[in-house]
Amino acid sequence: MAAVRSSSIAGVTPADVVTPASAGEVADVLRSTTGTVVPVGAGTKTGWAAPPSSCDLLLRTTALDRVVEHVPGDLVVIAEAGVPLATLQAQLAEHNQMLALDPPEPGATLGGIVSANASGPRRLRYGTVRDLLIGVTVVLADGTTARSGGKVVKNVAGYDLGKLYTGAHGALGVLVSTTWRLHPLPAAAGTVTVPVADAAEAGKLADLLVRSTLTPTAAELRWDGAAGELVVLFESIPASVDAQATAAIELLGGGERTHEPPPWFGERPAGGVVLRLAYEPHALPRVLTALPADASGTASAGTGVAYMSVPADTDLASLRAAIAPYDGSAVVLEAADRSVDHWGPVPDSFRLMTRVKDQFDPGRRLSPGRLLGGL
Amino acid sequence: MNDADRASPRTLELADRLRAAIGAAKVLTDPAQLRTYECDGLEAFRVRPGVVVLAEHRDDVVRTVKLCAEAGIPFVARGSGTGLSGGAVPVADGVLIVLSRLRQIVDVDPDNARMVVEPGVINLWVTREAAPHDQLYAPDPSSQQVCSIGGNVAENSGGAHCLKYGFTVNHVMGAEVVLADGEVVHLGGRAPEHPGLDLLGAFVGSEGTLGVVTEVTVRLLRVPESVQTMLVGFHSVADAAGTVSDIIAAGILPAAIEMMDALAIEAAEAAVQCGYPEGAEAVLVIELDGPQVEVDEQFEHVETLARARHAFETRIAADAEDRALMWKGRKSAFAAVGRISPSYYVQDGVIPRTRLPEILASMSTLADEANLRVANVFHAGDGNLHPLILFDDAVPGAPKAAEDLGFAILDLCIEAGGSITGEHGVGLEKKSKMAGQFTPEDLDTMQLVRCAFDPNGLANPGKLFPTPRLCGERPGVRTADTAPDPALGEVF
Repeated sequence: MAAVRSSSIAGVTPADVVTPASAGEVADVLRSTTGTVVPVGAGTKTGWAAPPSSCDLLLRTTALDRVVEHVPGDLVVIAEAGVPLATLQAQLAEHNQMLALDPPEPGATLGGIVSANASGPRRLRYGTVRDLLIGVTVVLADGTTARSGGKVVKNVAGYDLGKLYTGAHGALGVLVSTTWRLHPLPAAAGTVTVPVADAAEAGKLADLLVRSTLTPTAAELRWDGAAGELVVLFESIPASVDAQATAAIELLGGGERTHEPPPWFGERPAGGVVLRLAYEPHALPRVLTALPADASGTASAGTGVAYMSVPADTDLASLRAAIAPYDGSAVVLEAADRSVDHWGPVPDSFRLMTRVKDQFDPGRRLSPGRLLGGL
Repeated sequence: MNDADRASPRTLELADRLRAAIGAAKVLTDPAQLRTYECDGLEAFRVRPGVVVLAEHRDDVVRTVKLCAEAGIPFVARGSGTGLSGGAVPVADGVLIVLSRLRQIVDVDPDNARMVVEPGVINLWVTREAAPHDQLYAPDPSSQQVCSIGGNVAENSGGAHCLKYGFTVNHVMGAEVVLADGEVVHLGGRAPEHPGLDLLGAFVGSEGTLGVVTEVTVRLLRVPESVQTMLVGFHSVADAAGTVSDIIAAGILPAAIEMMDALAIEAAEAAVQCGYPEGAEAVLVIELDGPQVEVDEQFEHVETLARARHAFETRIAADAEDRALMWKGRKSAFAAVGRISPSYYVQDGVIPRTRLPEILASMSTLADEANLRVANVFHAGDGNLHPLILFDDAVPGAPKAAEDLGFAILDLCIEAGGSITGEHGVGLEKKSKMAGQFTPEDLDTMQLVRCAFDPNGLANPGKLFPTPRLCGERPGVRTADTAPDPALGEVF
């Protein structure tokens, strides 16, 4: 295994860096050391969790880079955690298949995407990591290698630990391998773009879409704090894309038909404090109104998720309180100020989360401090 | 009635405390009344509980669980009792908490496409409530007219339409859970994401071993513009299985692809006269849904693929009534088998779809060797097998032979890289098979979750895991007992 130069993680500089090339090597690292370990893939989303309270060792998974098994007829692929999503997609595309996840971070690895629970616009149709990940192998803090799930989509044997590791930022174990349900690549695509005058109109258009029989793959709102535009993406057979785009223009009272989504589509906002907001989908206009006037970013209509850049001096506690009635939350993805409250208030299940963490990692050596509530 | 039928003094004392806490009418200890609750849908396993609690409110559950925790007496939650793996079989001398009276629909929220229901609400009621808003609840187990949402959450139930829409876990957004010490927690919610660990994802499908669900928030889907169902008859099982693979390979994702073999067709015809193609060795029921234009074009494609595999009859349902009849044959198949055999035993296993023809042939060989008939009804698109093993329980040794054949079929599933259960759960029946599918390390890691949720092992003990581990003990050291001895009390 190769040692590479040190690099920092959310502002914390590790004492050492390792890049193990197999599950066995990951286990050896965890067995032969006792200090704190922060696992990381390509490092494209290290700001998505709170800074670690300690990092003796940065464990890069980028050398776990093999696509282990792809059976096109089963629509299933097994790939190691360090495989970049883009690399996997290119291989799958040769068989007219895809992993239906589209987080935009360039170079992001499968393990990093699972650990950060990253998704993109197409979650409206395909869901997120928890809907597509059907098996995982992790190495626990004590070096135990354990698998859950399997390589068939329909499988209810045992606890589905893949869901527990999703979004856990490596705090329960180091992901070494992932198994996914795949989808066929759609044959055609088309978009409809509609201008949006204000928050109320954004809500109205989103409601019209989700209550209709149209089946868009994504419906993304670009928001500049007061107005924006809605881009509805259809991906299907050509006849269906045409019919649905025409129907969407009629339903939404206008709109322009284009073949390609605009450049901002699926990209994260940058600058200031970047937030991922989640809320009851129907609350979209009220969430937009609760944001500072100079917020900008995107919201996925129909799902209840938005990515927004807000000014660095935004009062996050007040914003969180304002969207709480809609089961809303605001998680920091990017902030210059490392002391910012990343996750917000803890829910009534927090003590249970703590017990889970302490079972998996009794020494609190994996990604310490990165999770909600300083776990 | 002998002494063995009676609950122990400890449990009877708990029953008295329960009566004082939640009302005497909700607490049963009369052995004759308890008999109803001895088993779930898998009647081979029967255990008389010490006490049955007919909970009517969340607080009844909380008080019951707290009193169980204080007394160190295990409890099992039960919904409609339709499970097929013995997951709701009581613990001897323990408490059975029946949730079927918790059947309020708490909130219907079509704007957010959510519904909040109590656990005893029947699966089909959710879709019925959603229908006026052109919405539906996707998971549709064959027992959907009687099974409860709480049971669906415990088992992560599937159904014919999970090929396209996924399982219960993909449609449950939130749950109120009573933990084994009586603490109430809320996992997930109405929003699509929440900060912190996804405990809901681990809870769904945990077969009652992590706590008792008292309220469930589900996601509703828009009713599709078009739903069309096609019945296709084949002269061979291999051609039907090949057609399934061809459809998937063509990039088509039907809402459902169900398959029945000749014996299953014979049974269904005898029971419900569903009018399946005469002389078919196998039929496929294929359902496509979505925008009309998509459904039309894809059905043409499917028909071409089926013809290429020598399908001798393809019939598209003319109307909703016709479609219902096609499904009636499929959904009644389990019960229908009772008409052609004195007894039957249903198994549930999963294989990678591409291995279907080969595994079906192996199953047939195994059945011949065991001198038993097997009717096959299954979710072919998912590779989810449901062999129905026919036997005569008047013949000595026949039930055991049927069970052995079922387990041999599960071994085929494991060898093929599949699973010992696609939707019925592990329960009591298949816990020994977990060790075939998972390593001791895999199972120990799952038990870490169990120890976090329920360190004293009081929630549905003796299920799911082949060898329970006491929390706090070192991995690798296991107890021989299948359930913790209540006399041990604190196990740390």
